[in-house]
Amino acid sequence: MASTGSYDVVIAGAGIVGAACALEFVKSGLTVAVVEPTEIGGGATAAGMGHLAVMDDSPAQFALTSYSQALWRQLLPELPSDVEHLPCGSLWVAADEAEMAEVNRKFDYYRTRDIPVEMLDERTLATAEPNLRSGLAGGLLLKADSVIYPPCAARYFVSEARRRGAAIFCGRSLIKAEKGTARLDDSTDLATGAIVLATGTAASKMIPGVDVQPRKGHLLITDRYPGFVNHQLIELGYLKSAHAIQSDSVAFNVQPRKTGQLLIGSSRQYGIEDTAIDSLIMSNMLRRAVEYMPALAGVSAIRGWTGLRAATPDKLPLIGLCPDSPGVYLATGHEGLGISTSLATAKLMSDLLLNREPAIPIDPYAPSRSFAHV
Amino acid sequence: MSDILLTVNGAQISVKPGATVAVAILMAGQLVFRRSVSGEPRGPLCGMGICYECRATVDGEIHVRTCQIMCSPGMQVTTA
Amino acid sequence: MSGVVIVGAGPAGMSAAVAAAQSGASDVTVLDDNPFVGGQIWRGGPPDGLASEWFDRFHRSGAKIMPGARVVTGDASRRTLLVDKNGKAEEMSYQKLILATGARELFLPFPGWTLPNVMGVGGLQALVKSGLPVKGKRIIVAGSGPLLLAVAAYLRKHGATVPLIAEQVAAATLMSFAASLTAHPAKLWQALQLNPFSTRIRYVAGCWVESAGGSGKVASVRLRRGDRVWEETCDYLANAYGFTANTELPALLGCVVEDGSVKVNAAQQTSIEGIYCAGESAGLGGVDTALFEGQIAGHAAAGQTAEAGQLYSSIAKAKSFAAKLNATFQPRAELRILAQAGTVVCRCEDVTFANLKRANSWRSAKLHERCGMGPCQGRICGPAVRFVLGWEPSSVRPPLFPTRIENLIQESSIK
Repeated sequence: MASTGSYDVVIAGAGIVGAACALEFVKSGLTVAVVEPTEIGGGATAAGMGHLAVMDDSPAQFALTSYSQALWRQLLPELPSDVEHLPCGSLWVAADEAEMAEVNRKFDYYRTRDIPVEMLDERTLATAEPNLRSGLAGGLLLKADSVIYPPCAARYFVSEARRRGAAIFCGRSLIKAEKGTARLDDSTDLATGAIVLATGTAASKMIPGVDVQPRKGHLLITDRYPGFVNHQLIELGYLKSAHAIQSDSVAFNVQPRKTGQLLIGSSRQYGIEDTAIDSLIMSNMLRRAVEYMPALAGVSAIRGWTGLRAATPDKLPLIGLCPDSPGVYLATGHEGLGISTSLATAKLMSDLLLNREPAIPIDPYAPSRSFAHV
Repeated sequence: MSDILLTVNGAQISVKPGATVAVAILMAGQLVFRRSVSGEPRGPLCGMGICYECRATVDGEIHVRTCQIMCSPGMQVTTA
Repeated sequence: MSGVVIVGAGPAGMSAAVAAAQSGASDVTVLDDNPFVGGQIWRGGPPDGLASEWFDRFHRSGAKIMPGARVVTGDASRRTLLVDKNGKAEEMSYQKLILATGARELFLPFPGWTLPNVMGVGGLQALVKSGLPVKGKRIIVAGSGPLLLAVAAYLRKHGATVPLIAEQVAAATLMSFAASLTAHPAKLWQALQLNPFSTRIRYVAGCWVESAGGSGKVASVRLRRGDRVWEETCDYLANAYGFTANTELPALLGCVVEDGSVKVNAAQQTSIEGIYCAGESAGLGGVDTALFEGQIAGHAAAGQTAEAGQLYSSIAKAKSFAAKLNATFQPRAELRILAQAGTVVCRCEDVTFANLKRANSWRSAKLHERCGMGPCQGRICGPAVRFVLGWEPSSVRPPLFPTRIENLIQESSIK
């Protein structure tokens, strides 16, 4: 059993959350090791849509996403070009008057919290997005939302962490996490003060009782059609889809990418670990997209793929100490907001490790709630 | 069978039946079919429809693999 | 519902259709991406008597031909294929499936390879067959394999000047190969017909293109042979290093693919019952092997394994020749170091060799550098990266080819 060094923290997983944690921890003066079995940012991080969004599903979700979005805003000037940041905003599309009522509610909610928003009616929506079908009621533009390319953001965070002294164990996985020791699959033992599991859906395998389930999503990217869509577009029904815990659902979600390609989502399926493309789900997702943007029908699709979001029953991530595993922390369960909330997660984790007052209350994300029923 | 007349970048070109649009573009003296992501001039490579270097706009449709399309009378072809 | 569906109308697909019909299959459909049958080697019609016979038999076989058709995805458990036919989707069912998807040229990157008028060897020939005039043009033919000789002679016949053929295989290796041909008299005759001495085209062994130069199009190439490096001017450079099999559809359907070829038994049956594979995609073997394999697969698919059995002895000789050919024309190590830091490797996304060296695997090269993320879906850069860097491309996903979004929307699906 070889032993390699001693660290303040060992982070399992170099997805966006693990990578953000690594950089934040070293910046805070901690010694860090990161353990990643495959590619940096190669899991759910690579599969998702990479939006930096604010959501108002719950006060705790709003607090986390808005805090994190402010952190991203600070970081933007230093991000390399391969992170492909595009400040396109998120335009929530209302199909009818009922959805427009929800738009009004959100508008007030965000405005009173100083989130830059703009309401669009049928006419201004059509001007903003000429390829949307006619007859939509309007929309809500969240101007500060944007999109990035997450695998390169994760790579950037890891390389910055490495530059500041972090050790990166690539091609290795954590097989045992006990207080003081992180054991890798090659029998290496890392002595450590704390272990942070940023392993997405794999967390439930490492820690029995953790309620993190896979929520499978399909995506499709097209050839280059610059100017086809100007903002990230999301139907309000997306929220219904995200709420549905047990059933399969699709929702219209299209993004422009800096390359000029269109990234199309979204779908949700509960409890499936097989990552093969389901042509029926893909079909439903694309049908939904074409309903909102008829011209998409003739656009050339280059590649499809799937990813497994790490989902919790209350749609909030798990950030904090594991109840029965001293020295072991969770930073997972981010569902469709992993990229958005990665920076806030890293800050909160860092505050926890260093006993600092966090900028927002951390209690709503406490892993102990996940174990309540065990 | 008589020759086929089509337009490449506004100029009329005459080709024999069975000629592909890629050939018509080359015969029109247009060697650059498209610009790569970083602006490099590109033309056909594989000749069999898999490299996507021969893409041009044919009758308003973009991203068309011209080496796999037969010329037809009155076709409008534009390159990048 | 079609009884036997054959994907690919090259020699293997055509002979499979003939054999299937001969053995009683009444419902045979042949799909091909190209506007006409013949695949690559018989593009533009039969080049010789043997091919003519096969074209004849094929057109009399009763097989339905579906040109302009690409398989976008398929489901082996439901025995269905989603076909993009001239841009529109068509779902097809099959009872038996024969995959004769052939091969594509192997391109290796070097400085200047992206210049207009630098094309594949078969690539330039395909354009000439489609009507490109080359009379009076100066064309360097380079790379590897017997195709160089065939195409050089073809270009000459169409009025081009071919100053030389540059074959990267060393002269000594070629001599051994030529000597071994006495075991294959028919091949020797063919080789003699293609003999550079008889076509009187300068054939330089142990020689390859180091770089191509020009502004807006290729104007010259730099060739290397041992220590000697020199420049030749040219209007076109036809350059490719043999072939790589099109195994994407077989892989997507779940067929076992080993060492770049679809694994088949003696009856050309893949690892999936009811799916057969014949021709280049079952192992690079040239036209003779493809014709035998196609017939075996066709008979087997129609349930006549006895018919197929009689071909087994004939195929052994063709396969032994193919094995010698493949062993001879292997790309040499020096070809791994032609690309410079700034040389584009992934042409769709302009990913350079320097970009690639930041990664440490195909998946990392894709995720972090965008290699293979373009419309060719890694068909050009994948085999190059495998040879130059030793990285294996990752698994195949649908759509197998770019296709309109509407083609991926099923009519019968419920919201």
